[in-house]
Amino acid sequence: MNEHAVAVITPDGLAALIGGLRDGGFRVIGPRLREQTIVYDDIDSIADLPAGWTDEQDGGHYRVRRRDDAALFGYNVGPHAWKRFLHPPLLRLWRAEKADGALSVTAAAEPAERYAFLAVRSCELHAIAIQDRVLLQGPYVDPHYRARREGVFIVSVNCGQAGGTCFCTSMNTGPRAQEGFDLSLTELLGDVHEFLVEVGSPQGAALLATVPHRPAGSADTSAAAGVVANAEGNMGRHMRSDDVRELLLENLEHPRWDDVAERCLTCGNCTMVCPTCFCTTVWDENDLSGEASERKRRWDSCFTMDFSYIHGGSIRSSGRSRYRQWITHKLANWVDQFGSSGCVGCGRCITWCPVGIDITEEVRAIRATSAPQHGE
Amino acid sequence: MVQVVGLEATLAAHPFAHDLDAGVLELIVGCCSNAVYKPGAYIFREAEAAQKFYLIRHGLVSLEIHVPQTAPIVVETLEEGEIFGWSWLVPPYRWSNDARAAEQVRLIEIDAACLRGKMEADRALGYEIYKRFVPIMGKRLATTRLRLVELAMEPAPPPPKHR
Amino acid sequence: MDALNAVTAADLIADPMLPRQFRIAQVTREVPGVFTWTLKSLDRRGFGFQPGQFNMVWLPGVGEIPLSISGDCREPYTLVHTIRAVGPVTNMMQQARPGTVVGVRGPFGRPWPIEAAVGCDVIFVTSTVGLAPLRPLIVEVLHRRDDFGKVVICYGSRGTEDILFEADLHEWRARFDTNVHVTVHAAHSGYRGRVGGVAAAINIARIDGAATQAFVCRSEALTRQAVATLGERGVTGDRVWVTLERSMKCGIGLCGHCQFGPSFMCKDGPIYRFDQIEALYSVREL
Repeated sequence: MNEHAVAVITPDGLAALIGGLRDGGFRVIGPRLREQTIVYDDIDSIADLPAGWTDEQDGGHYRVRRRDDAALFGYNVGPHAWKRFLHPPLLRLWRAEKADGALSVTAAAEPAERYAFLAVRSCELHAIAIQDRVLLQGPYVDPHYRARREGVFIVSVNCGQAGGTCFCTSMNTGPRAQEGFDLSLTELLGDVHEFLVEVGSPQGAALLATVPHRPAGSADTSAAAGVVANAEGNMGRHMRSDDVRELLLENLEHPRWDDVAERCLTCGNCTMVCPTCFCTTVWDENDLSGEASERKRRWDSCFTMDFSYIHGGSIRSSGRSRYRQWITHKLANWVDQFGSSGCVGCGRCITWCPVGIDITEEVRAIRATSAPQHGE
Repeated sequence: MVQVVGLEATLAAHPFAHDLDAGVLELIVGCCSNAVYKPGAYIFREAEAAQKFYLIRHGLVSLEIHVPQTAPIVVETLEEGEIFGWSWLVPPYRWSNDARAAEQVRLIEIDAACLRGKMEADRALGYEIYKRFVPIMGKRLATTRLRLVELAMEPAPPPPKHR
Repeated sequence: MDALNAVTAADLIADPMLPRQFRIAQVTREVPGVFTWTLKSLDRRGFGFQPGQFNMVWLPGVGEIPLSISGDCREPYTLVHTIRAVGPVTNMMQQARPGTVVGVRGPFGRPWPIEAAVGCDVIFVTSTVGLAPLRPLIVEVLHRRDDFGKVVICYGSRGTEDILFEADLHEWRARFDTNVHVTVHAAHSGYRGRVGGVAAAINIARIDGAATQAFVCRSEALTRQAVATLGERGVTGDRVWVTLERSMKCGIGLCGHCQFGPSFMCKDGPIYRFDQIEALYSVREL
């Protein structure tokens, strides 16, 4: 078990935490209900949180529903991942202007603001750690990710229920946040609405010290354990994950790929919502006068024909090969590249796929016709 | 007439005859002769009767195809250790291209009618001959197909130079 | 001079997405559709690279693409790129005049493993424009000729009119310590050279297969043939080095485009030992 210091706060204490972060110069981002969806956006006060809302998720299905209580964090994850702040969807890299027979190149300035992320789920903590490995620990570091990542204050939340497409327990990424946070909250909806707070860093301790809180007793910690156990016990999906890398690499010509190719639209939604997908592309925007050019970067998806295009054509022109690329990268090649699976079991790719393709089901189907050591 | 003295050794030394049974070698030698061609000389021409096949002892042989309005196109060259000429095996026994000496060339020529007769009479001999020819023809076909791939992937060729 | 460029040398190291500026000093027409840029840096500092590496080259107003470096790595003040015009960017590059300022990011990629070949016979196998990425390695090997056994260059082109770097091939052939075999797919009668694919050149190369390292630069479809033919000569897959190609946008292993199985071709490749990627190579559309 973790040895984090624990305390208990009320919703007022949480409001004070948010205020304290804002006063400290942080831009607080957290869940908000917008257009029938719980997304990550600016939080001005506790009133902005989707109190009393939950979500209903399944393959190709997302709805928000009213709860019969006032839980502030009674839902799971929506289409946004924290990567939209740390690894922005659109970024200007530099600008070049003609000057005296050469070019004057000016790198875009990094933002001065620091983020505080509120209500980061355990799966998302793992996803952020995975992107840290990809973008900060290779031979080349992404300076734009680093500038945004450094100094982020993270308040995580332990899920009280699992979503319809969640399978974090299969991927060993939750539901309980273990590390990578400054403060971690577990919402307690007993007679009194409170939050168990675990301290994960000196910065977290310092902030907690500024808001009203009381020591946590054994009743509080066991209530919190019960909340986590509830989430653990009703995962919407499951995937045996210890052997997925070998299973997929041994089955690169499995007939299941043809089957999924008939359903997959190669729309790329999964890559947009996946919290670990990091692929980007760059292009030049030139002004009409020809005097200036801007190099920009945006998210890209391995599902596009362009993604693997070299002169003469795309290496992966069939939808079959593109779906196979995505899933084998995520579940197999990622292990060789970065030392862990690329999947955190958040279920977004299942929820946001227009035709409801389920990554756990595809793996299960391949497993079903494989060698005995890959049995369920 | 055919000089048989020394020819058996020459034939045996050629890669085509590698692992040939002594009896088979002797049968073939009876159809063999030496030949020398000067640079530019035609060894055979397209549509002529295919009366021989050839083992190259020395020199470069070019296989060419006549094209109107310009010099013939060389489609392949073969050299020391290789063989050429397969139309003697396949009716109507007519050459499908020209063969020309690109430089001074020394060949062992094998009389086709002579050998075909022996092969009809001795099926085992026939099988030995086919066993040697078919893989060579197969390899050339596969290689030619890959050359087609390489050419198909290259950008359009430059316009031909006028001669 | 430096004041022109708001980006400093320190910036370039910190951010490999920023370009270094070079001027086109010379444009040379090679064979039809192929041209060479000789570039000089505006900051007058040298450009160090190893044979087999590539740059991300930017033509302002048009775009940026990966290009193999084709010059001598012992001449750091001249950066040479031989380019085939096949797409929108390269076609515009073909029209660029001397004096044009272009951007260069690099060098990137794993170079040809020249040290692996020290003490061995060396055979180069390439065709058409593939001679360009191999040229820096050939030049470097010949600079250090005594470190190697036999050196054989096998080159195939479409015809006699499009033999790339023909002058270099003649110069290399003229050395008594280097064998050069050129094949063309077709020629006019009277041509006294070899006609066929470059596999024919491999077949007659005088090498001791067991003591040979092979460096192959051909299109992916034909790399397999080169490897097979080399195998028939006793050069096994663990001594054959190939170079492959994938879409590249960043060149630094972060955009994801160049993936080939688990390998990021821009940093784990583009040069690979064939036996190590043989299984991946056989999977279509990987």
